[in-house]
Amino acid sequence: MNTGTQQRLEDINQNYAERYGFHDPEDYFLKAPKGIDHELVEMISRKKNEPQWMSDLRHQALDIFRAKPMPTWGDTAMLGEIDFDNIHYYIKPKGEQTSDWNEVPEQIKKTFDRLGIPEAERKFLAGVTAQYESEVVYHSIRADLEKLGVLFMDMDSGLREHPEIVRKYFGTVIPTRDNKFSALNTAAWSGGSFIYVPKGVKVEVPLQAYFRINAENMGQFERTLIIADEGSSVHYIEGCTAPTYSSDSLHSAVVELIAMKGARIRYTTIQNWSTNVFNLVTKRAHAHQDAVVEWVDGNLGSKLTMKYPAIVLKGERAHGEVLSIAFAGHGQHQDAGAKMIHAAPNTTSRIVSKSISKDDGRSSYRGMVKITKGAHGCKTSVECDALLIGEHARSDTYPTMDVAESDVSVEHEARVSKVGEEQLFYLQCRGLDPDKARLMIVNGFIEPFVKELPMEYAVELNRLIELEMEGSVG
Amino acid sequence: MNSNGDAVFSCRDLRVFVGDKAIVKGVDLEVRAGEKHALMGPNGSGKSTLANALMGHPSYRVEGEIRLGGERIDHLPPHERARRGMFLGFQYPVAVPGVSVANFLRAAVSARRGADVPVREFRQQMQAAFAELQVPKDFVSRYLNDGFSGGEKKRLEILQMLMLAPTFALLDETDSGLDIDALKVVAEGVNKAAGPATGVLMVTHYQRILNYMKPDRVHVFMGGRIVRAGGPELAHELEARGYDWIAREVGLEPAAAAAEGSRT
Ligand SMILES: Nc1ncnc2c1ncn2[C@@H]1O[C@H](COP(=O)(O)OP(=O)(O)O)[C@@H](O)[C@H]1O
Ligand SMILES: [Mg+2]
Repeated sequence: MNTGTQQRLEDINQNYAERYGFHDPEDYFLKAPKGIDHELVEMISRKKNEPQWMSDLRHQALDIFRAKPMPTWGDTAMLGEIDFDNIHYYIKPKGEQTSDWNEVPEQIKKTFDRLGIPEAERKFLAGVTAQYESEVVYHSIRADLEKLGVLFMDMDSGLREHPEIVRKYFGTVIPTRDNKFSALNTAAWSGGSFIYVPKGVKVEVPLQAYFRINAENMGQFERTLIIADEGSSVHYIEGCTAPTYSSDSLHSAVVELIAMKGARIRYTTIQNWSTNVFNLVTKRAHAHQDAVVEWVDGNLGSKLTMKYPAIVLKGERAHGEVLSIAFAGHGQHQDAGAKMIHAAPNTTSRIVSKSISKDDGRSSYRGMVKITKGAHGCKTSVECDALLIGEHARSDTYPTMDVAESDVSVEHEARVSKVGEEQLFYLQCRGLDPDKARLMIVNGFIEPFVKELPMEYAVELNRLIELEMEGSVG
Repeated sequence: MNSNGDAVFSCRDLRVFVGDKAIVKGVDLEVRAGEKHALMGPNGSGKSTLANALMGHPSYRVEGEIRLGGERIDHLPPHERARRGMFLGFQYPVAVPGVSVANFLRAAVSARRGADVPVREFRQQMQAAFAELQVPKDFVSRYLNDGFSGGEKKRLEILQMLMLAPTFALLDETDSGLDIDALKVVAEGVNKAAGPATGVLMVTHYQRILNYMKPDRVHVFMGGRIVRAGGPELAHELEARGYDWIAREVGLEPAAAAAEGSRT
């Protein structure tokens, strides 16, 4: 029996290197040199055989990206470390996209096998895309959904096969000039998911996309657009990992959701990038009348994450939820939060944010709730809980409330707690060693989040946290 | 006194310090299997400090020896003491939000056994304990001590004691804040626990529960020491006369016996 003297927690994701941090030898069809300019943007657009309007949009976006200053808020010191000239903006792996797993190039197949992707598809998914560097290499959707008219494919195929839908909605939720990184994404985007669910169709089983970065100094700029037509529903899940390198990579996605009248979209993210990845993502949804949009957002990995999933409640009685957890370990800063814009009467929203900071990890909650003039009878509640483990962990909250009507209900609650000595002692008095006790406390803390995940993900997340909290391996 | 082999618990010249301040100033105690002891003392006299220190609470510096079934345990961390059969029922049980009572109990029972309890066996054992202590079934899925009433928490402490089958159970004011029915249930639990392999020490400042659990021995604790010991009649005397007279008899200022005196 262990004598229990091992009181210290090891680093978060301390076995990341073996589980996810491995990399394949580089064997690409095309690897663009580092840096971004109009020539590269033109090359990407040509390779993809895009319509002129998209090509124009990319060039415009590059100019906007260059003109926009870096954010002056958030972790400006860490942001300052990003070297935009030291990034590969486009890498195309060998092989063509396929819906036959056997046709995926051997090395890439091995990687995704190791990450459990095809297994997950067999077990509990209605469709899968797997993106490797800049391109989706594998894609499948259950035949019955296809028959119902559900579209689920990578964004490039979406643009090729359904240009009218893409042109109508692309960039309407998040305009190019929204921020520096949305502009960069618009200039360099490649891959991501395109989903359209027809009126009244309910996709009961989740669709999943998995994003994998392999090369060092890679920039991944996937672009996702999900449209749920009237009365339809869909649950989309994304996961991601990358090798551990000593120099940084950049992941900067743009995700736009549109929930039409009475539709429901749930978007679940389990972000587990290696700790050399900057994760700067813009996610926003439009929820029309009686629609429901939920962001379920888990951030475990990355060096710096800045991500504030937003919902604009545009139609009466629309409902928005953002439920997030962040886990910041040594050297990590999770700057996450939510934005909720009540732009119509009787809309309701809920934000629940939980963060765990360990060692010198930092987590910040940055949230904004806005109730616009004329949005009568709205209800919103915000709940932030931060758990600190150790003396050097840090947590900050930056909540903003902007309320232009008076007949509304606004609740806000923020708590910071330490893994309490008394909780630890209590559990130890019942025979649990300190590591088990801490794990139990942490698992309890994130339980409200975990219970929103599909079972398989809940198990996986609990397992990840367990590995991260373990005193020693083996 | 130490010669008898079936002592489940003993401590010798136990001293407990917070910083330089001594709170427990030399305590000797021995509890044998099947025995029920009561340790009585006014509020603030250091009873909880003694109980927590015996269990290995990290905020205290402890001198002297503590034995469980003859084996020295004073160098062991709390979870090792628990696994060897020591149980502390808390005066203020701690809430752990998000952790269900069932998951917690299973982890605790497995830790005590040194092996995972099979699910079915565990469930049966849990259901039996719930019925015995009249705890509503839906408590299995509630979060540990989270939003429980004082009485509910105390019942759950006794339930844990029964499920963990300790060799020595130390109960810190498990009787306080209970209505009469709950008090009887708790006392029955204590009577059941004290058996051929188990001794119990009930820490209290209140004699009421002693009517139901009938202690074999009563120790009066004041100013950091056991100042008097006797049979159950001693408890009745304390009930009738308060603590001050003993304080005077043993030469303690009543005020020095405890910060808060003998109010109950
Ligand atoms: N960790 C601690 N730090 C400082 N003082 C303490 C600590 N623990 C106990 N004490 C002090 O010891 C004294 C006895 O407290 P306690 O053991 O709770 O008494 P009782 O349980 O008999 O009411 C009190 O004065 C209390 O403030
Ligand atoms: Mg006490």
